[in-house]
Amino acid sequence: MGFFRSLFQPRPTSAAIAKERLKIVLAHERAGRNAPDFLPLLQKELLAVVGRYVEISEDMIRVTLANAGDTSSLEINIEIEAGKLKTPSGPALSAAV
Amino acid sequence: MGAENDLRKNGPIGSDKAEGTPGLAKVIVVTSGKGGVGKTTTSAAFAAGLAMRGHKTVVIDFDVGLRNLDLVMGCERRVVFDFINVINGDANLNQALIKDKRHDNLFIFPTSQTRDKNALKREGVERVMEELKQQFEYIICDSPAGIEHGAITALYFADSAIIVTNPEVSSVRDSDRIIGILASRSRRAERSEPPVDIHLLLTRYDPARVAKGEMLAVDDVKEILSIPLLGVIPESESVLRASNTGTPVVFDENSPAGRAYVDAVARFLGEQREMRFVKPERRSFFRTIFGRA
Repeated sequence: MGFFRSLFQPRPTSAAIAKERLKIVLAHERAGRNAPDFLPLLQKELLAVVGRYVEISEDMIRVTLANAGDTSSLEINIEIEAGKLKTPSGPALSAAV
Repeated sequence: MGAENDLRKNGPIGSDKAEGTPGLAKVIVVTSGKGGVGKTTTSAAFAAGLAMRGHKTVVIDFDVGLRNLDLVMGCERRVVFDFINVINGDANLNQALIKDKRHDNLFIFPTSQTRDKNALKREGVERVMEELKQQFEYIICDSPAGIEHGAITALYFADSAIIVTNPEVSSVRDSDRIIGILASRSRRAERSEPPVDIHLLLTRYDPARVAKGEMLAVDDVKEILSIPLLGVIPESESVLRASNTGTPVVFDENSPAGRAYVDAVARFLGEQREMRFVKPERRSFFRTIFGRA
């Protein structure tokens, strides 16, 4: 029974699903692991400031610190939904320091 | 320099390539993050395996409050003084160390059953570790589960780490976490010394389920964690049998898990050994009828 079903409906094995899920979650967790402690606070304060001008929620702002050799780059990504911003600029505002 | 003479007496130092600086003991932490994956089984097997190879080895239980290494090693009725007693100066090291009855090179250092989790003071542990280094070639630290004080103290002094992982999502994720902690919070990391030498040990592996796509394969776990593989220990009935009787599983010559641990110890000492027990076993007709695990 199972054999015929798998012939017509090829499905990834549960082990393959496990591997994919792990790859995604670990990529995310590793990126946050070396982050300095102030990042969550910075994110919270940015949210408060930006929130005064546009309607945003917590999950729409992402602050990451990337290290490449001698330089580090602090990347702040703020996603803004269409219609929530009353300026003529695009839907996403990005700043790199 | 009595300590140095002691080392010379015990077995073929220098014959094994992976030997560190002569006279300097190597501290190995057995850790995982997740509980129940086989840390204590591995600590017992690895310590016994190193002793069988002629290396004077001590295995320390860092799981304060939940003493269990003594049971797995079969010396629970011989515990008089423990790790915390020695840290507090209530007993000296040689009063607390238990010499294994099966092997001259093997010693067990039991932990305390106190509920005070902060009894493991870093300075005290450091002093005891330095003292152990004078007597032993290998110091195996059996870490508690989690990432709290006990687990951090167990990995802090490590030169090498054995990451015990099951082919299962939560275990792999926790292993990744503990690898990150080794890289940032070990003494080697704090002092900017060469990093802790990290090894993957995959336990409770079931090649038949892997073949069916029901279990992560050894290569998948290796790829995800990207650390070198020390060994694969097959799921085996002999592991429970070993802990039932308080015998490190390497002493069971008929056990697939025991043989896989012996191989892993050999690899740790720098030998090349082919991975066994990673493919589904073909049972012969004869073994199917008269077979044993």
